[in-house]
Amino acid sequence: MRRSLVALALCLALGPVPGAAEAIGDAERGATLFARQCSACHQIGPEAQNRVGPRLTGIFGRQAGSLADFNYSKSIVRMGADGLVWTLETLDAYIANPKALVSGTRMNYRGMAEATDRADLMAYLRAYSDRPQDIPESEPTARKTDPALSPEILAIQGDPAYGEYLASECQTCHQADGSDQGIPSITGWPAEDFVVAMHAYKQKLRPHPVMQMMAGRLNDEEIAALAAYFATLQ
Amino acid sequence: MHLNRRHFLGTGIAASALLTAPTVWGQAKPKVVVIGGGAGGATAARYLAKDSGGAIEVTLVEANPVYTTCFFSNLYLGGFRDFESLQHNYDKLAGGGVTVINDMATGVDRAAKTVTLAGGQVLPYDRLVLSPGIDFKDGSVPGWSLDAAEKMPHAYKAGPQTQLLKKMVEEMPEGGVFAMIAPPNPYRCPPGPYERISMIAHVLKQKNPTAKIIVADPKEKFSKQALFEEGWNKHYAGMVEWIGPDFGGGKVEVRPDAMEVVIDGEVTKVDCCNVIPGQMAGKIAALAGVTDDSGWAPVDPATMKAKADENVWVLGDSSAQGDMPKSGFSANSQAKVAAMTIRGELTGSKTFPAKYSNTCWSLIAPDDGVKVGASYEPTPEKIASVESFISETGEDAALRKATYEESLGWYAGITADMFG
Ligand SMILES: Cc1cc2nc3c(=O)[nH]c(=O)nc-3n(C[C@H](O)[C@H](O)[C@H](O)COP(=O)(O)OP(=O)(O)OC[C@H]3O[C@@H](n4cnc5c(N)ncnc54)[C@H](O)[C@@H]3O)c2cc1C
Ligand code: HEC
Ligand code: HEC
Repeated sequence: MRRSLVALALCLALGPVPGAAEAIGDAERGATLFARQCSACHQIGPEAQNRVGPRLTGIFGRQAGSLADFNYSKSIVRMGADGLVWTLETLDAYIANPKALVSGTRMNYRGMAEATDRADLMAYLRAYSDRPQDIPESEPTARKTDPALSPEILAIQGDPAYGEYLASECQTCHQADGSDQGIPSITGWPAEDFVVAMHAYKQKLRPHPVMQMMAGRLNDEEIAALAAYFATLQ
Repeated sequence: MHLNRRHFLGTGIAASALLTAPTVWGQAKPKVVVIGGGAGGATAARYLAKDSGGAIEVTLVEANPVYTTCFFSNLYLGGFRDFESLQHNYDKLAGGGVTVINDMATGVDRAAKTVTLAGGQVLPYDRLVLSPGIDFKDGSVPGWSLDAAEKMPHAYKAGPQTQLLKKMVEEMPEGGVFAMIAPPNPYRCPPGPYERISMIAHVLKQKNPTAKIIVADPKEKFSKQALFEEGWNKHYAGMVEWIGPDFGGGKVEVRPDAMEVVIDGEVTKVDCCNVIPGQMAGKIAALAGVTDDSGWAPVDPATMKAKADENVWVLGDSSAQGDMPKSGFSANSQAKVAAMTIRGELTGSKTFPAKYSNTCWSLIAPDDGVKVGASYEPTPEKIASVESFISETGEDAALRKATYEESLGWYAGITADMFG
């Protein structure tokens, strides 16, 4: 179940673009690779916990060695403090040869030689990094081209006044000042990313009962209005 | 009185004619009085002031200087929150343009459009919002009255009663008996009594593991029943006995002086007894004449306006609206619809179709949270449920923990949304 959701989520995010320069790789293959080579030490997903290795949910855009509740090697913590952030590029390098990137890492993993394998694996990891605002280079992966999300839907100009009324409903849970405790912050997102995320809940590609229900009752104009309004909050 | 009414009606019409054209008089700002600074009232006052940008004069009348949330008060009983964390003052609302009056509203003259306060002040209004929560029905539990609440607390309006109940649970003798008299429908927070049982069982399991809990319930079934029963078996095996109406749970008498509970003729000595009586709208709603025989105030599903008066809104627990449970979440959701429609009427701002929703989380044991929720839309008859969800039995520990953490986020969110 989880598996197929992930694949679908990526379809929404990436779109089955022919010859997509934008797609990272094949997430479904990546899921298999993850199960074989990473899952002995790592968990990923909304309920993932730290095991031998830290949880990898939301890894894209995360500073290396930055989870407060995991006991990292000094080496990776220092690299993080120096500015190492997990991006397509840095992850690719770390997975290819962990010690080449972080010399003193505690991750006892020999490395993954094949570039296409690494790309597929990252497509899978990417599905669990769903906060576009955290991922500067996410533009090509987080927008456009899904047939279910036609360009017309993305082009709707939302009415911020309507958005403000609709948003009052969201603010029972999502704080207007962007604080983020138990429930993620949704302020200051680029409007298009917001629209994609809401449609992913509406189409039940993103799994969460509250958000599926909230998004399920919103029509395209309403989602656009919300996106327009939240984009104005800092 | 009758003569008075008629007299006021006459002037009322003249006055409202003036008010619909405030520009004629230059300064006259429309006035909204909100009675009750809880989940419904505080939210309505805050949104009216914030969204009208000063075009409406908003006055909030609240009996207590500090609001103690009922939501999460069970977590306080279970030792997961301290009491202070449940308390919120009105400073930010006052700073945000709401005139906050700390007094009890004692009367509403709908013909004159005024509210009288215990301190003698008389407040005129153009629109009145009532969100006074609940009061208890006299005689709903034979042997119990508010006078007995020091011996057998209700703890269903959070505050000293909640602290008293916690103290009594902690002072129970080893192997003692805790009894709850659960309320009949409808009442505030459908899962509330059962979350409370979970929290008390959690405390007793640690401090007094041979103690027993009995719940006498007049209802055939209760909210999230499968989830609670699963949790009680898992975490508190053998401790909780639920007595439904088939076994006399509805035929109850309490004897506060003797600390006895009589269930279907059988007398039980108890060491701590929580009586949650039958409920009705906060008394001021009845005094205002907007309630019906049920004790609740019927409202228009699309606006939350009282059916009895087009200038009066009733929010939250006091309203009879249809399918929404009486919860803080619901009251907050209804308040936004009310604020939008009132603003539309008074300032001509745009109005939109009402949307309502609710989610109620409950904590069963540490990191074992569950939730139930639904979205709602107005139909001509009532606010009707459109879609709903509920946690499932057998969910894994990580999901239950995430659900609990979500509820912490919600508490922070809704209290910020109410009080600023
Ligand atoms: C144990 C327990 C647990 C709960 N848990 C949850 C939960 O997890 N989630 C949830 O959503 N809901 C929960 N609730 C329900 C929630 O507390 C109520 O549904 C909600 O507070 C209703 O809001 P309200 O505005 O109608 O009334 P209230 O919040 O009760 O506010 C009414 C206010 O009006 C004031 N007042 C009344 N009469 C007058 C008067 N004449 N003059 C001046 N002031 C007056 C009162 O002092 C009070 O402050 C819980 C309730 C209980 C008892
Ligand atoms: C033998 C156990 C093990 C295996 C197998 C393993 N890891 Fe790790 N991983 C770790 C440990 C331990 C760390 C912490 C490194 C440190 O502190 O130096 C880590 C760290 C990481 C980090 C950095 C996380 C952060 O928050 O900074 C990433 C990314 C990562 N692993 C990805 C992977 C991927 C992808 C795979 C599979 C291809 C994998 N790991 C396989 C144990 C493992
Ligand atoms: C009852 C509480 C609640 C309400 C009301 C609510 N949300 Fe959410 N929202 C959540 C939770 C919890 C999550 C995290 C879901 C997950 O894990 O996928 C979330 C996630 C999101 C996300 C994705 C965040 C991310 O980092 O990926 C967006 C976007 C969002 N919500 C928008 C909204 C909008 C818009 C509304 C109002 C129409 C709304 N939410 C109303 C609880 C709520």
